[in-house]
Amino acid sequence: MTFFRRRRASFAPSPQTARLCPRLGLLAALVLALAIIAAPARAKVFSPETFTLDNGMQVVVISNHRAPVVTHMVWYKVGSADEQSGYSGIAHFLEHLMFKGTKTRAPGEFSKIVAENGGQENAFTSYDYTAYHQTIAREHLETMMAMEADRMTNLVLTDEIIEPERQVVREERRMRTDNNPSAILGEHVSESLYRNYPYRRPIIGYDHEIVAMTRKNITDFYKHWYAPNNAILVVAGDITAKELKPLAEKYYGVIPRGPKIDRLRPAEPPQEAARIVAMKHTQVRQPSWRRSYIAPSYLYGETEHADALQVLTEILGGGGTSRLYRKLVIDDKLAVGAGSHYSPDSRGPTQFMIYASPRPGVTLPQVEAAVQAEIDKIETDGVTADEVARAKKRMLAGAVFARDSFTTGAQTLGAALAVGQKVADVEAWPERIAAVTADQIKAAAKFVFVKKHSVTAFLTEDKEPKE
Amino acid sequence: MIRALALSLLLAFTVLSAGPAQATKIEKVVSPGGIEAWLVQDHLNPIVSMRLAWRGGGALDPEGKDGLANMVSSLLDEGAGDLDSKTFQQTLEDNSITLRFDAGRDTFGARVQALTDYRDLAFNLLRQAMTKPRFDAEPVERLRAQILAGLRHESEQADAVAGKALMAALYPDDPYGRPTRGTVDTVAKLTVDDLRGFVKRRLARDTLFIGIVGAITPEELAPLLDKTFGGLPAQAAPWKLPEVGPDAKARTVVIDKPIRQSNILFADKGVMRHDPDFYPAYVMNHILGGGGFTSRLYSEVREKRGLAYSVYTYLSPMDRSAVYVGGAGTANARVAETIKVVRDEWTKMAENGVTDAELTAAKKYLTGSFPLRFTSTERIASMLVGMQMDDLGIDYLDKRNGYIEAVGPDDIRRVARKLLHADRLTFVVVGQPEGVTAKP
Repeated sequence: MTFFRRRRASFAPSPQTARLCPRLGLLAALVLALAIIAAPARAKVFSPETFTLDNGMQVVVISNHRAPVVTHMVWYKVGSADEQSGYSGIAHFLEHLMFKGTKTRAPGEFSKIVAENGGQENAFTSYDYTAYHQTIAREHLETMMAMEADRMTNLVLTDEIIEPERQVVREERRMRTDNNPSAILGEHVSESLYRNYPYRRPIIGYDHEIVAMTRKNITDFYKHWYAPNNAILVVAGDITAKELKPLAEKYYGVIPRGPKIDRLRPAEPPQEAARIVAMKHTQVRQPSWRRSYIAPSYLYGETEHADALQVLTEILGGGGTSRLYRKLVIDDKLAVGAGSHYSPDSRGPTQFMIYASPRPGVTLPQVEAAVQAEIDKIETDGVTADEVARAKKRMLAGAVFARDSFTTGAQTLGAALAVGQKVADVEAWPERIAAVTADQIKAAAKFVFVKKHSVTAFLTEDKEPKE
Repeated sequence: MIRALALSLLLAFTVLSAGPAQATKIEKVVSPGGIEAWLVQDHLNPIVSMRLAWRGGGALDPEGKDGLANMVSSLLDEGAGDLDSKTFQQTLEDNSITLRFDAGRDTFGARVQALTDYRDLAFNLLRQAMTKPRFDAEPVERLRAQILAGLRHESEQADAVAGKALMAALYPDDPYGRPTRGTVDTVAKLTVDDLRGFVKRRLARDTLFIGIVGAITPEELAPLLDKTFGGLPAQAAPWKLPEVGPDAKARTVVIDKPIRQSNILFADKGVMRHDPDFYPAYVMNHILGGGGFTSRLYSEVREKRGLAYSVYTYLSPMDRSAVYVGGAGTANARVAETIKVVRDEWTKMAENGVTDAELTAAKKYLTGSFPLRFTSTERIASMLVGMQMDDLGIDYLDKRNGYIEAVGPDDIRRVARKLLHADRLTFVVVGQPEGVTAKP
């Protein structure tokens, strides 16, 4: 779990953990908008209640009685990294199609009922999970549960339904990726950073594979992955576990458990070569530089570094007082923005990313050299006790702010469970962060900042447009 | 500091706030010194969230100094009083205080959020930022460089380019037509005297509105208001700008950009917030292209034809004018078809209005979803300020759903006929659309 505060680190490229909201795209802000503040180190974060249904569906309840409202989410433990090679985008395509009809509900009826009950809904797909959610007055929760349970197993797909939606998905890809030089470069970076792990493929998929996807491909994927034993129910807001349990049993508990599901993914082999990806694009007016080091997550690789790396990114590139911002932007006046990003909340290997955008007249190699000097300094001298104390205080404060909006808790816990963490892991985050030492941070930096484990990307203007 | 670069829509939604009356009690707090704030106590977490807004934003920037309000907003948290930029920022970060300023067309605002333990410190930093900003050379030049980089980045983005072009077309002779963040030329020339002049003229008590939500009582708040805002001048420099209609006429602006998907915006005259037709227009917009996955445009453009991922309309009332805006993104080859569908839906609504079933469903959504706006202290604080600025009354939360319920099918028919003229729409297309010709 990581709590981000929106701070001055301009021109940050989308981190690898970015996800797609197939419907209207308004939700992405939710997760990133977390502001967090200083809590005593032993405080829990969300204090949820949990239980498991007989069919294996996990349930999480986060009570918050500010308004008579609930957020109802169902998370499936399947994302784009679970797709087979050659079928990129299928998890996301299916997510769009989940808003069509079922055996007993016409296409569009789901959204119509949500709206008529004053609810708001959306869904999103990531590398590791797919989630559907509605926020609605508490009295309508039961209706949402009935409909969400229905589409877990009863979705009806025909070519007439799929074809227009295929075009919608292709427009989404054009909007998010093809129209956006930085996103195009991002695809190439991922393809280079992961030699074998499926995070190398874009969540939204390649256009030619979206075009070629058949109804059978999608239906097979749905039947394989969508089952109660592969799903998590998260309800936050004006409700308790005691109140929810009978409803969860009534609507979700009656769905038969599916076959056991294994999330088998190819592993990442050793990396032996530093890679460089350079793109010139006619649309670019503000150049940028970034480097991604492959890094352990909470669940993959040398997981013992995951907490120290979070404090490291806070110190190195976490905002307007970070080392990178102070050095490159304030003191040396080389860049307009600089920072770093690391999030351990993924099932597979994640990345530690550092980025900078030069001021006019400064070249990308100049920026790169300045960043490299900061990396070298941390590897040689480590970080100071004072820096560690300040960073930890800020991060722990974040855990208090995270409680302010109840959707934050639902998002954080749902994502954590979907990648394979436990509720206790999330709740113990403040304690673990509080225990991180300067020595651990130095060791983590030495472990991660290995050039041959990295991709360096250059984005510049192409001044000679060609057809 | 530079905020997120998601500039997308040219105009911020006017907040149509309101809330579940049973859960939200608004208290009007007036300090001994006469400073008023609206407060919702919320002791769930040890957090205080405050929203401030002054009347008068980027649209008051003098000609040739476009982007002044925006540049000031980026610099007020970059050093004040005895604290230089680094110390000021370090103090904010060390104590997990959020303090950010922002500039819109008609408003200049600030957000403050802090844990209770650091509340007084946060208010003290806010006071210094408003009354004693330093504008030291280093942060001024650094932020200027960031703003210029932001403008360069915007020029890469089809939606930002389209938004600016639309406002320029609709308001050729009014500040509303000029970009709030300025241009490369104007931002390069802004001086520290300009920045200081803005603070002196704009940040006063008589144009300020305050909303606070969180773990604080009226007794604690009242003296804090005097301490924090008492040092501001009593009155802002007066200004007089006339109401202005958008130059609404049939036109198509095409801006060539070598991209695969064209960004389309369309607009016409809208409805002012205090116009009696506002609520009928609000309900009509919901049915035509407003929120959710159930509007007519969503169904016709996206669901049936797969023409776009994103298609929407919204009402954008400003202080002195109002526009009705919509947008969509579609492959270059399908722009002409998308425009035709939009025009057809415009005509259909203008001629036939809405069905009873549509109206009932829209009202159920708009009234039923009202409580969803009350889910974080920050959101509620913003609503408190919106209610004050739009003069909606402190009992607005109780009345708002009644305004929606009162809208009848004849109201919508009347407003649709008044607002929707398919042959008068301005279209802006950024991309390489096929089958679309520019028409001035």
